[in-house]
Amino acid sequence: MCGIAGILNQGPGLPPSKSELRAMAAQLRHRGPEADGFWLDSRIGLAHTRLSIIDLEGGAQPIHNERKTVQVVLNGEIFNYVELRSELESRGHRFYTRTDTEVIVHLYEEVGEAFVEQLNGQFAIGLWDTETDRLVLARDRVGVVPLFFAEKEGRLLFASEVKALLPLLGSPRLDPVALDQIMTFWSPVSPRTAFQGVQELSPGEVLVGENGGRRRLKYWDWTFPASPDEVLSGSEGELAENLRALLLDATRIRLRADVPVAAYLSGGIDSSSLVSLIQQVDTSELRTFSIAFDTEGLDETAYQRLMIEHSEIENSGLICSQQDVAQGFPETIRHTEVPILRTAPTPLKLLSKSVRDHGYKVVLTGEGADEVLGGYDLFKEAKVRRFWARQPDSAWRPLLLQRLYPYLDLSSVRAQGYVRTFFGIGLDHPESVFFAHLPRWETTAKTKEFFSEDLRAELAGSALDAMAEAVPQAATQWHPFHRAQYVEAKSLLGGYLLNSQGDRMLMANSVEGRVPFLDHRVVEFSSRLDPRLKMKVLREKHLLKVAMRGFLPPEILDRPKQPYRAPDIQAFFAAGHANARYVDELLSEEVLKKYGYFDPKKVGLLKRKAESAGASSARDNQAFVGILSTQLWHYLFIDSYPTEFGNAPEHTGNHVD
Amino acid sequence: MSIETTLRSFILENFLFTDDQDALANDDSFLERGIVDSTGIMEVITFVEERYGFTVENDEMVPENLDSVESLVGFVQSKQAG
Repeated sequence: MCGIAGILNQGPGLPPSKSELRAMAAQLRHRGPEADGFWLDSRIGLAHTRLSIIDLEGGAQPIHNERKTVQVVLNGEIFNYVELRSELESRGHRFYTRTDTEVIVHLYEEVGEAFVEQLNGQFAIGLWDTETDRLVLARDRVGVVPLFFAEKEGRLLFASEVKALLPLLGSPRLDPVALDQIMTFWSPVSPRTAFQGVQELSPGEVLVGENGGRRRLKYWDWTFPASPDEVLSGSEGELAENLRALLLDATRIRLRADVPVAAYLSGGIDSSSLVSLIQQVDTSELRTFSIAFDTEGLDETAYQRLMIEHSEIENSGLICSQQDVAQGFPETIRHTEVPILRTAPTPLKLLSKSVRDHGYKVVLTGEGADEVLGGYDLFKEAKVRRFWARQPDSAWRPLLLQRLYPYLDLSSVRAQGYVRTFFGIGLDHPESVFFAHLPRWETTAKTKEFFSEDLRAELAGSALDAMAEAVPQAATQWHPFHRAQYVEAKSLLGGYLLNSQGDRMLMANSVEGRVPFLDHRVVEFSSRLDPRLKMKVLREKHLLKVAMRGFLPPEILDRPKQPYRAPDIQAFFAAGHANARYVDELLSEEVLKKYGYFDPKKVGLLKRKAESAGASSARDNQAFVGILSTQLWHYLFIDSYPTEFGNAPEHTGNHVD
Repeated sequence: MSIETTLRSFILENFLFTDDQDALANDDSFLERGIVDSTGIMEVITFVEERYGFTVENDEMVPENLDSVESLVGFVQSKQAG
């Protein structure tokens, strides 16, 4: 991976300067610590910070075509570059490097901005065509790699992270609508970001800047069968074999690198499957990295050990304490650049540090399997609720929920009222696109009770409106299970898992993560599977389990799903006190008042509840982490702006030194 | 402090995060108002057990006993009487 940034002058504004590009690149050093590259003329400036993975000697960017009329910067990887290159060479293109990046310029020469459709990879691309004065920005299909942009004084600014835009944009403001969305969906709805005036390029989109204007086009999206004849036919065994073959190929091309590649191991079926897939295509010794917790109920070490012994891999286990979570949290928010409702990213930042310390800079991860192949409890819960909605007065149908949430103890608690209230939401509208997600969103939205009066006054309308706009009309034709998959891909996966918990925590320590389950061929195949093959009765990821049987220990294949979590509220308090000073400072009445987002009195009572170890509900945990991270965000990006991002660089002319 | 005052303060401070007495009526349903969620109910039970020194049996964990200040007060009184 790397960092990219750039400035396109589209109006009467000043030409981009080298010092501006340097200021942008300086904010992306962690993404690419090994080299910088710049390209500049009166209309465009491109910057690149490099993490060398392919063609270590010859891969300096920007990369150009034979006539040097096309310049490109790439953050990410084009995994099918080997195949693309031989095709392009047979059509007469000459290559001057061994990089994956170089296929982009030649493909662009062949097909223009449609080049992106031929790439299999994870990428953010900035391409400049000197002959047509055209800038093409492109982002990968599912959003593994981030890319942001903003406009200022007739100039289009773009960068891998928002912090690289800040020196040129001036002191930011938290977008209240984004905060409202975060406190509903766990992240803003794309393309919105926490920073007012800054957008992300949505996954699967291209943005073209030319002739003083901009246009955005979507080249890919998750899509599902609208009628039964679009569903893949074949026996369960055949389809499982097809899935395994696709996963093997997705893994094989993700092992392409001129540096050693490692893998993350959680002990769940996804990462264990991944380890097995890697070993099926590559017989060399595999190195894995795993997290252990000293918090009861979160640790998965026993399953990790099982897999390590089964696969004879060398594993480095990292023990993450509650203190580690609290101490690492501010730096986490500096990297996520967005308030978050769980602390779970922090241990992954510590894990990527361990990877780097052991001399690795590429890992494969099992991310995406739950979304693509149907792994979440939410999908199960929706299935039960849908079944229940057919007979809303049934007393026993909702009892199936107990299989998902054993702590509900429904058999002994004749508490129909509770079940009805918590899971009965939306029962009268089982066809709603959001049917599966409403209970989760309603719980999360309780965090808004802590909003200050001022913040409330700025918010109009429901957060759900923006999500409704993000769902295509065609979704009404899809199976309800597929609608839930789509909404999940557009909310939790793109906004939180791949970003806050993915790329940002990896790149914080200059480590690239690759995700075979999100290879678009795997996504497109799985999208056309009958939902019953993904969730068989209430057995999640059924087809993956069929595909991997014989390759994994049965204890792993048949274990109950354990969502990855880190200690939330409990990480920040010990013996009745906050265990990090910033917690007391940022949650003080004075600072809460000054920042203005939350009601100091309510937050004070929540903090007191947390100190007395009385706060345990999902709502309290999400509210506390959300409030603390919002306060941190303000401190890091607004209070600290002058020292961290200020001293805006001068426009110092146009020469490249 | 009376049972009612104790329970009201507990709910107000720990679930509504306020000391505004008007924020909660004694017959407000915790469920209908979204005051207590599925894990929050365990906090209520733990508090009542610790404060009044009795055990809430499984078959007593029903909304009729736990869903408002009024019903909680009645439940605690009947447990103490029994």
